Amino acid sequence: MNTVAESPLKRPGSLEKNPKLAQWLRVHRDGTVSIFSGKVEIGQGISTALAQIAAEELGVALERIRMVAANTAVSPDEGVTSGSLSIQDSGVALRRACAQARTLLLKSAAARLGVSVRDLQVADGTVRTAGRSTSFWECADDALFDCKVDETAALRSPRDYQVVGKPAPRRDLPDKIAGRPRFIQDITLPGMLYGRMVRPPYNFAGPVSLDDSKVKSMPGLAAIVRDGGFVGVLAEREDVAISAQRALRVTASWREVDALPRDVHAWLKEHAAEHRVISEKENADAKSRAGKVLEASYTKPYISHASIGPSCAIARIDDGKLMVWSHSQGIFNLRRDLALALGMREDAIIVRHAEGAGCYGHNGADDAALDAALLARAAGGRPVQVQWMRDDEFAWAPCGPAMALSLRAALDSHGDIVDWEHELWSNGHSSRPGRADNPALLAAWHLSRAYERPSAINMPLPAGAADRNAIPIYDFPNQRVVNHYVHEMPVRTSALRSLGAYANVFAIESFMDELAQAAGRDPIAFRQRHLKDPRGRAVMDAAARRAEWSHWKPAESRGHGIGFARYKNLGAYCAAVAEVEVGHDVRVNRLILAVDVGLVINPDGVINQIEGGAIQSTSWTLREQVRLGARGIASLGWEDYPILKFSEVPVVEVELLDRPELPAVGAGEAAQGPAAAAIANAVAHALGLRVRDLPLTHERIAAAISQST
Amino acid sequence: MSERFRLTVNGASSEIAASAQTPLLYALRNDLSLKGTRFGCGSGQCGACFVLIDGNPAPACDTPLWAAAGKRITTVEGLSKGGELHPLQHAFLAEQAAQCGYCTSGILISAAALLARNPRPTESEVRAALDRNLCRCGSHNRMVRAVLRAASEIAL
Repeated sequence: MNTVAESPLKRPGSLEKNPKLAQWLRVHRDGTVSIFSGKVEIGQGISTALAQIAAEELGVALERIRMVAANTAVSPDEGVTSGSLSIQDSGVALRRACAQARTLLLKSAAARLGVSVRDLQVADGTVRTAGRSTSFWECADDALFDCKVDETAALRSPRDYQVVGKPAPRRDLPDKIAGRPRFIQDITLPGMLYGRMVRPPYNFAGPVSLDDSKVKSMPGLAAIVRDGGFVGVLAEREDVAISAQRALRVTASWREVDALPRDVHAWLKEHAAEHRVISEKENADAKSRAGKVLEASYTKPYISHASIGPSCAIARIDDGKLMVWSHSQGIFNLRRDLALALGMREDAIIVRHAEGAGCYGHNGADDAALDAALLARAAGGRPVQVQWMRDDEFAWAPCGPAMALSLRAALDSHGDIVDWEHELWSNGHSSRPGRADNPALLAAWHLSRAYERPSAINMPLPAGAADRNAIPIYDFPNQRVVNHYVHEMPVRTSALRSLGAYANVFAIESFMDELAQAAGRDPIAFRQRHLKDPRGRAVMDAAARRAEWSHWKPAESRGHGIGFARYKNLGAYCAAVAEVEVGHDVRVNRLILAVDVGLVINPDGVINQIEGGAIQSTSWTLREQVRLGARGIASLGWEDYPILKFSEVPVVEVELLDRPELPAVGAGEAAQGPAAAAIANAVAHALGLRVRDLPLTHERIAAAISQST
Repeated sequence: MSERFRLTVNGASSEIAASAQTPLLYALRNDLSLKGTRFGCGSGQCGACFVLIDGNPAPACDTPLWAAAGKRITTVEGLSKGGELHPLQHAFLAEQAAQCGYCTSGILISAAALLARNPRPTESEVRAALDRNLCRCGSHNRMVRAVLRAASEIAL
């Protein structure tokens, strides 16, 4: 076997925080290996990819790997499963841990057989030498891994990979497709009570009045729990809990707080509190060549997570200890904020991850955990399961922030960009738990001893948050990028898949097309004139080739368009070509995506993530906007918040550019911006005019047409 | 007011004590421990809780017990026969036709109803039949391929 002494990856993933080998794996006598990862399965297939990495470095069959669901009592703390970082964080750590484990197991086997390691033949954990044999399983001994992970351990060369790089079926799908209990919603514990929350669908400051006289006498009702503005019900049956919730809600009146702005994008521009220049480049010579100047403004609405399964949690308080089951993306962070909100010590709380419905960012999972814990206080030691109703989810889960963007650029007489400005206005893109002095958990803001709601923040560049992908990847001689941060938060916002990258890439790539048109150039050729990065050029070429870009046959109401980005300017490269038809509505007929994620761990997993991301982005781009009423979110059901349906979903084709020699990066968010921009550009191509406000609905297009005539 | 209702689910008969307005969903999930049928919206708009009632896909979240009593109910657990998965389930596995899998049960139910009345559907017929089911992860095309694959395998 060829080995390489050092991987090209510089960062040791999550090893910095979790340096002990025993934190990452345990080898069992029954021929299996438990892998402990702090990253969690949220429908993206990460547990399968991480199992592949572990099997590869250990040199054992994939079936021997058991992925242990993350649990604050036993798992390494790997922060939050977000930002398409699990392969970089957990994958890199596991790769090194498993490589070292293999070396230690081989040494132990050699000692047991009385030979040197180089005399051993190893296959799937069985170790042989001259007619005698032992195995990793016989050598299994916890003391063996009681050491620090050696960051310089020899790693298997990607050239020799047997498991990594091959499609592996998702390990969680057999249960999910057979309909077996698998989700947190499916867990039933002995003596479990069912809880539901009583909240109005708008910002409030506690109930003014509540008439519980009728509800109290409902058969099967266990408790009505009130603490300030926190109101919930507990019942022996789930349907009784729901009936009690509904009955209480109609009797409740709430103290209302601030009205919402009517024009949120204008409001954002008026309320920016911090103005940060995040990139500046100057070249006076190039600037002096500026000729034609273009300006354009773009907007993106609030977007809902809109997972099919509303948030859920289970909690049990027993002897002063709290056990919580949650589909949170960050169980350690959640534990910290639960401790804050409940006035408990962190070591009295265990949070166990359980799989939930699709997660695309910071949804209601963490909030539901505090809801369940607060109700569990009134449950006399019995476990409590809380599931939010559909309107709870739409009203209370954080939204992806609305954004306003203004771009300006100058072309020289050759049609090259010599000056570029990009300004954006947005709330913060993260209000996740575990980061502020106050708990970032909904119920904590309504308790009689209420905490103030922390404002959403932005993580620093280079990954960024509102400004993620705001700095152009193109090579412009002059540029200025400004992030106007809005602190005040009329609608609760937090991380939604790709954060600001969706809007920034939509705006940059739309504007690149507007400039290409002004320069009289083909959109792809125009981009490539401004892009040196060969990996970026390669994905554009691959997408253009597959889409037969240069053989486009013009037809009435039809158009095609390109969108491109490197996610966070650090991660996966993705180019998308969209083919659309504009009738009453926009129909995307076909999306072609070319993607470079470096080394591919699970090709079918990457393709599935890119397909899913592209379809979700199509839905955001064509259909989705959170509707605001005077006091709160008004889109509380699927009729007000339509998402793309089966008959509206485009054909999606994905081409992977495998680069086994380059570090593996995540794929989950790479398609969001490029797909949106490709669709917007294709719509502009079809119509001959541009719609700059998302989503690209019939109303928006009709308005753009009437403005142009 | 608690009453007694006799339900026939996946060929087996059982008695449930609950109020007449209790949605079938909770009887299935909590009284009969059939957790494959899932809550999504409570108003029949997303399809996550679809079951077959006398062969037609219907939302269990929006069907009260009084209306379900006496009908033939099939849940996702009832699609497999004697431990052997339904051809649709084999096809979903072969196509890796899911991401989070929360909507999968309801989609399998809609697809099973489609294949029962139209064993060789076209792609657009499959899409139309699944339009009452929402999927948020974007696994639509894989699921459509899986339904077409199952149809061709059943026909063999």
